[in-house]
Amino acid sequence: MTTQMERPTATVPPTRMPTLAQRDARAGRVLLAPTLVVVLLVVVVPIVWTVVLSFQDLRLIDLRRRGLWGGFTLENLAGVFTSRGFYGALGTTLLYSVVGTVTSIGIGLVAALALRRRFRGRTVARAFMLLPYVAPVVAVTFVWQTMLNPQFGIVNEIGTNVFGWADPVAFLTQRSADVSVFGLEFSVPVALLTVMAFEAWRYFPFAFLFLTARLAAVPGELEEAARVDGATPTQRFRHVIWPQLLPVIALLAVLRFIFTFNEFDDIYLLTGGGAGTQVVSVRVYELLTARGDVGAASAQALVLSLVLVVLLAIYFRFWGRKVEQS
Amino acid sequence: MTAFNRDVVETRVFGVLRWVVIAVLVLATAFPFYYMIVLSLRSLDEVVLHPGALWPAEFDVSTYLSVLLPEDDGGQGFLVFLRNSFVIAVLTVVVTLLAAIPGAYAISRLQFRGRRQVSALFLAVYLFPAILLAVPLFVFFARIGLRGSLAGLLIVYVAQTVPISIYMLRNYFETVPVSLEEAAAIDGCSRFQIIRRVSLPLAMPAVVSNALYVFMIAWNEFLFALLFLAEDRDRWTVSLGLSQLAGSIEIPTTVLMAGSVLLTLPIVVLFFFAERLLVEGLTSGAEKG
Repeated sequence: MTTQMERPTATVPPTRMPTLAQRDARAGRVLLAPTLVVVLLVVVVPIVWTVVLSFQDLRLIDLRRRGLWGGFTLENLAGVFTSRGFYGALGTTLLYSVVGTVTSIGIGLVAALALRRRFRGRTVARAFMLLPYVAPVVAVTFVWQTMLNPQFGIVNEIGTNVFGWADPVAFLTQRSADVSVFGLEFSVPVALLTVMAFEAWRYFPFAFLFLTARLAAVPGELEEAARVDGATPTQRFRHVIWPQLLPVIALLAVLRFIFTFNEFDDIYLLTGGGAGTQVVSVRVYELLTARGDVGAASAQALVLSLVLVVLLAIYFRFWGRKVEQS
Repeated sequence: MTAFNRDVVETRVFGVLRWVVIAVLVLATAFPFYYMIVLSLRSLDEVVLHPGALWPAEFDVSTYLSVLLPEDDGGQGFLVFLRNSFVIAVLTVVVTLLAAIPGAYAISRLQFRGRRQVSALFLAVYLFPAILLAVPLFVFFARIGLRGSLAGLLIVYVAQTVPISIYMLRNYFETVPVSLEEAAAIDGCSRFQIIRRVSLPLAMPAVVSNALYVFMIAWNEFLFALLFLAEDRDRWTVSLGLSQLAGSIEIPTTVLMAGSVLLTLPIVVLFFFAERLLVEGLTSGAEKG
């Protein structure tokens, strides 16, 4: 930036001073360079590398001896589509993501509406609402595990003593249970429902946060006018508040779906992927560490990302325009 | 006569329902943390005998001692884990801010080719699952011998936090009036002086809230710590230590509960201390819809 400016103009034919815009452009690139390098190195290169790895026959044990290139095969990708485990995991991932997204946003919305009007202690209540989201995932999963423990967990203790359950429920290790409601027998996936409940509990604060911020910006006159016109609370919500919140909800739905779809920590820590809760990311981890199959792990991770990209493309194709209109 | 029209009924119903919802939500969010503290103060025998008790019969703080003490003295060595977590979280904050402040400024203020593409690239980072990045990073760090080192983990954390930092700070830089910067430029300040003397001091609240947020992410992170540090107990972070020991049957749950209180406490204290800053930093832009 300074070299051109300091060049002695007397000896060299006068070069044009860079304009302000040119200097700004150069400063911009310089300022951004460190970030760009780190992100390229640790995010973009690995993504590209995953593609290469997923076409290689590579095991963890021969990592040090092998070159970075070569040993190409199509078996990893073929393996993804022929193994039954993958489709099961993908189905679980989808179900988990949809239910997790909908419930966390739903509870977040209810919470934001309930805490909208000022009351004594609202600040504290709000802070409590955010606790599950900010607390370390390892600590909260551990507490949930302990609370749900069949031997000495408080949930089973209350369930058997107060609600009269016949036996303690192994919430995190039981794949399914038969439940009868009004004489109808059906089986519920216990562990999967439990991790979904955890997902809703841990991430509703995220939706709550954004919806609270948006609610605060809804002009009071709008609601006042509706009230004067005789609109009841549900009508005011349906016709005044809801349209205002819709764009934020659409954005939250996309963000939460992406995050839940890619989620690893919660399920790995709660169930280890057992009892019918194996999502694709946990499967990838197992392939990598337990089986040491780098190629297969990469291929599955790659397919997972592609599925997400396709789903997002469909979403924006159908909903993007509607959201913009509202 | 008017007592039963729809408006009155709805207003009454929601008036009551609102308090029910608030009570349920506060209970649901606060109880697990209360349970965590209570359990960390009880002895295991008592917990097994009276699982439903919500108050310790006697306060037993020996759990904290036994979780903190080094392994040689019969403890679990959480003091070392706490130090590791602290060091890596602070370093992540420092390096992230050093990269993100200039980067955010550049994106918010300076016109240059590729500016928009870079913003899009940064957001795309969060589209990909961490597990996808984990495989090649695992391979790469294993090859260059950085696996198991805090330095390798630090680089990964910075890459994970810089994009969100830039996003948060950029929103704030955009609220700093351009006229202030122009005044400084007329007074003869260079671009870098403007950033240091004008923009940065004004953006300090955002920088602080961002620093706290990054600290939180680094402190809470689990997957990469698990992949990179699992083999060497001396390098474990608190999160990793707790998760690795949680499966063991020899260590009483109450002792590990004390460990999870120690893991959670710094974050909760930080959070209550700076809640408003954090919330504003995260949701700025949401008001515009």
